[in-house]
Amino acid sequence: MTDRAQFDEAGLNPGDPLPILPGHVSHGRFERVLRAGHFAISTEIAPPDSADPGEVLRRAALFDGHVDAINATDGSGANCHMSSLGVCALLTREGYSPIIQVSCRDRNRIAIQGDLLGAAALGVCSVLCLSGDDVSVGDHPEAKPVFDFDSVSLLQTVKTLRDESRFLSGRKLDLPPQLFMGASINPFAPPYANRVDQFAKKVAAGAEFVQSQYCFDIEMAREFMARARDLGLLEHCHVLMGVGVLASAKTAKWLKGAIPGVHIPDQIIRRLEQAEKPKAEGRAIAVELMQQLAEIKGMSGIHLMAYKQEEWVGDIVARSGVLQGRKPWAPSHLHHSKQTANA
Amino acid sequence: MYRVRLWSVRHSRKMEWLYATFNPMVVKLLRGTVKVFGNKLDKPITAVEAAAKGFFFDCKMCGDCALSKTGMSCPMNCPKTIRNGPCGGVRENGHCEVKPEMRCVWVAAWDGASRMKDGDAIKNVNFAVDHRAKGTSSWLKMARDD
Ligand code: SF4
Repeated sequence: MTDRAQFDEAGLNPGDPLPILPGHVSHGRFERVLRAGHFAISTEIAPPDSADPGEVLRRAALFDGHVDAINATDGSGANCHMSSLGVCALLTREGYSPIIQVSCRDRNRIAIQGDLLGAAALGVCSVLCLSGDDVSVGDHPEAKPVFDFDSVSLLQTVKTLRDESRFLSGRKLDLPPQLFMGASINPFAPPYANRVDQFAKKVAAGAEFVQSQYCFDIEMAREFMARARDLGLLEHCHVLMGVGVLASAKTAKWLKGAIPGVHIPDQIIRRLEQAEKPKAEGRAIAVELMQQLAEIKGMSGIHLMAYKQEEWVGDIVARSGVLQGRKPWAPSHLHHSKQTANA
Repeated sequence: MYRVRLWSVRHSRKMEWLYATFNPMVVKLLRGTVKVFGNKLDKPITAVEAAAKGFFFDCKMCGDCALSKTGMSCPMNCPKTIRNGPCGGVRENGHCEVKPEMRCVWVAAWDGASRMKDGDAIKNVNFAVDHRAKGTSSWLKMARDD
C-alpha cells in the first residue's frame, strides 16, 4: 500500500476510525504520519470563550491542509476556555486529528480516567499528558489546585487503561482507549543537564511522542537531541520541537518575563527590534527555525504555536518547505475528492 | 525550615549516609515496638517523625516517603506536588515558577541526587501518592510492611 492510499483512507463519515495498522496503537492519522517516517507538523487551536461550535470549526479550518494534528489546550495558563474534550469532540466529527491535552491541575484520577474513555469514544486518537500551569497564574487564582497526578503518573495511567485494559483500581474495561501517548518536554529551562533524564522518564512511562516548549535556541536543541539519541530515546519516541511566532520585540520580552520556562536569546529580540516590519520578521524567524530544526538528526516534526497569528500557519509551513511537498490530510480535501468522484 | 531544607540538599551525600545507617535501626526498633505495643504508640512515633523530617526537609508527611529517591528534596514542597519533576516552568535562575522566592524543589532534587551514592534512583518513575496515607508515618509503614 502506498503512503498516499494510507492517508486518503476514510469511511463514509470523515469521523470514522481508521483501521489500526500493524505496530500502531491508535486509529489516528497523526500516528500514521509519524510512524511512516514523514516529517510532521502539529499546531495549537485556541479554544473559544464561547459555546459556539462554529467558532471551533472556523478556527480549525485555518489549518486545513497544513498540519497533521491540532492540540486542543486544556485551560492553558490556568485560564478558563471551552474544554479540550469539547473542542476535540467537535473536531473528530469533521475528521480532524486532534490531540487532547490533559492537565493534572483541575481533575483527579476518577475524572481523568473517565475523560480518557470519553475522548476515545468520541474518536480522539492522541493524548498529551501535562502537569499543567498552577492556578495562581490564571484568571481564577482562588480555585483549588488538584494535582492528584503529575504528567508522568498520568502517562502511566493512560498506558494502564490502554495496554492492560483496566482502571487503576483493577476493574476491567470492555474496550480499552486506543490512544497514541504524548508528553511535553522543555530542554530550555533548568536543570539543563537533567532535562534529557526527565525526557527518559516520560519515555519509560509510555510517551510515544513529545512536543517541546518554544525553541528559540538551535544550539540547545541540537545538544538535547544528541543526548537523547545517545540514550536511545528517539527509537521509542518521536520529538516535535516547538516553534513560536513572535509578533514583536514587546511580545518576546513579555513572553520571556511573564512565562517561566520560555527562553528567548537576546539576538532574536534584537532582530525584532531592528526590523521594519516586526510581524513579518517574527514569521521569518519561525521559518528559519523550522528549517534548522528539520535538519537535526532524529527530529520527527515541528509543533508550531502561532497564537493570534493562526491565519499565517499555512504560509509559514509552506515557506519552510519542511513537508517537502507533502500535503497533510484535511476534511476539505475529503469533500473535494468526493466531489471529483461524483463528477 | 527553608534554609535547613536547602542545607539538607547540599549535604545530600551525608544525609543519605545517615539515612542508610539509621533508617534500618529505626525500622528494626519500631518493628519490636509495634510487636509489643500494637498501635498504641503510633501517635507519638508519628509526631517524632514529623518533627525530625519537618526540621530537616520541610516534610509534609505524605505517608509515602520519597526522600532517598529525590536527592533529599521533599517533592511535596513543590506547589504542584509533582513526584517526577521538574515541570517545564522552572525560571532561568532555577527558582520555582509558582513561588519565585523558592528554589525549584526538583532542581534541588536532581542536584542533591548528583551527590548521592544511589542518586540514580531519581531516574525511576514514581507513581502518584495514595492520599489516604497523608499524615501517617512512613517509618511505621516500613516497620509493618515486612
Ligand atoms: S518549578 Fe519546580 S517546584 Fe515549582 S512547580 Fe515546577 S517542579 Fe514544582
